Amino acid sequence: MATRPLPALGGPGRAGRTTVVLIVALAGLLLSIGAAITVGPADLSLGIVWKVIADHLGLTHADVPLLRDHIVWELRLPRVLGAAVVGAGLAAAGAVMQTVTRNPLADPYLLGVSSGASLGAVAVIVLGLGAGTAALAGGAFTGALLAFALVITIAGRRAARAPTRIILAGVAIGQLCAALTSFVIIWVADPHATQSITFWLSGSLARADWTALAWAGPTLGVILTLILRYARSLNAFAFGEEAAATLGVDVTRTRWILLIATALLTAVLVAVSGAIGFVGLILPHAARLLTGPDHRRLLPVVVLTGAIFMIWVDTAARTLFEPRELPVGVLTALLGVPAFLLLMRRREVRG
Amino acid sequence: MLEITDVSWTVPAARILDNITFTVPANSLVGLLGPNGSGKTTLLRVVAGLLRPRTGQVALGDATVADLPRRVAARRMALLAQYAETDLDLTALDVVLLGRTPHQRSRWSDTDTDHALALAALDRVDLGGFAHRKWQTLSGGERQRVQLARAFTQEPELLLLDEPTNHLDIGHQLQLLHLVRRSQVTTLAALHDLNLAAMFCDTVVVLHHGQVVAAGPPFTVLTTDLLEDVYGVDADITNHDGRPVITYRPPS
Repeated sequence: MATRPLPALGGPGRAGRTTVVLIVALAGLLLSIGAAITVGPADLSLGIVWKVIADHLGLTHADVPLLRDHIVWELRLPRVLGAAVVGAGLAAAGAVMQTVTRNPLADPYLLGVSSGASLGAVAVIVLGLGAGTAALAGGAFTGALLAFALVITIAGRRAARAPTRIILAGVAIGQLCAALTSFVIIWVADPHATQSITFWLSGSLARADWTALAWAGPTLGVILTLILRYARSLNAFAFGEEAAATLGVDVTRTRWILLIATALLTAVLVAVSGAIGFVGLILPHAARLLTGPDHRRLLPVVVLTGAIFMIWVDTAARTLFEPRELPVGVLTALLGVPAFLLLMRRREVRG
Repeated sequence: MLEITDVSWTVPAARILDNITFTVPANSLVGLLGPNGSGKTTLLRVVAGLLRPRTGQVALGDATVADLPRRVAARRMALLAQYAETDLDLTALDVVLLGRTPHQRSRWSDTDTDHALALAALDRVDLGGFAHRKWQTLSGGERQRVQLARAFTQEPELLLLDEPTNHLDIGHQLQLLHLVRRSQVTTLAALHDLNLAAMFCDTVVVLHHGQVVAAGPPFTVLTTDLLEDVYGVDADITNHDGRPVITYRPPS
């Protein structure tokens, strides 16, 4: 066997470049959190933001006027963190689903989970089961899980071997839930309820508060940890599931664990923010351009870029047309569709 | 050594494999022949542990394949499929490193050993300078050789080939089988081209309707009668340095 010096490992500069991307993205995330809080009425500076946060974390004692303290700690910070959690979670869920279904178009929407969550929240409003954040989130979560259970039942046992069946079932259930939601809106014809319902359909982070974060954050943490443990197995799907099986991956088990985990994650996220489209679809493709397809590099980067992306899109949504707020899902769609078309062109060019 | 004993596999309407028994001795190259639908691919899937035999068993060394956890099986057997396709932006080295998956799935980064094995495997398939070439820019023959390097990187004691030369031109067909032969790894290879099988295999096993109808050295197995019975073709067979050479005649 010829012995020769090892060339640079891990592809030409890819590993090194990913480290740089990761460090930049992490710094970018922290900066984005701080900077996004200053944007909007009340004229806050980055210095004040850090002071308030440090004060609440017990690091220093700062004398910040109560009103500003309230705006930073009770209004803007939970909202910005909510955007980060939702963006990170949707992007990670999309990346994983695209791999396990071997479908570049897969995203949390395709499993019908988001539409189920919307219907669940709307049902809570219409049936008068409550109007608080907890009741709505509970309804959204229940709806998401029911929709996913239905999708799995329809897809059947063979779905383990033919992931397209899950997607087809997901699309069908998603359409059904959307139709039922529209029906409910027309049937109720109550302007107040309709407003709430629109929130769930177009997505918004206006309801993100510490309570919502208290369970969305840990859920994201647990599921991301799980997903990262499967990074190497996900790589093995590159040449299809049979190839993955001959590389030692228990394909059926891996696929179910990851699909259920991402569905759960989506359910929790939708309960926080309503249905926000295109993030789970586009961000993984954009991140792949930076890191290449290796999930050990892709997943950390997609999580960070998803969080940053969502923070700034939400900041734009709440400030562009002040004092009126744009549903953030409208903005992600406006940005997502052109990005999607670019992506399609790129794929065509590559052949 | 691979021992296949009384293996059957059925689907509701048909018996795909019917009491298959034969042995692949250590360090030999055994060709699995037979027309389309004779059960070659199904048998390879059973041997690889992807399907569980309805009856009988497959033994690899002292282990029963059906009892091996997937990951353990993948450390002992590697499969080279007809055709490998991905739309991911992978380099040849990325693909070859996939062969290390069963050896250290839980570890986060590839070790120097992994890289050394992968690069050595690329050398072994005569693609020494190709580590950083993109998969999408490789020719069909180069892709199959990269996949063979991936299979070597699994460090298998048994190599399974499922008609790996189907999409290759004759030069690349000869090259791929030459590399397999040269590797000395125990190999069971489903092959379509009987002349290629005769040229490279120590023994050939002929499947027909899910049964073994002949097994042995190419010269004793590949006879005009067998080709007539199994493939329904008319052919002349001549002796070339102890290997049969088949010349087909057009159907009359």
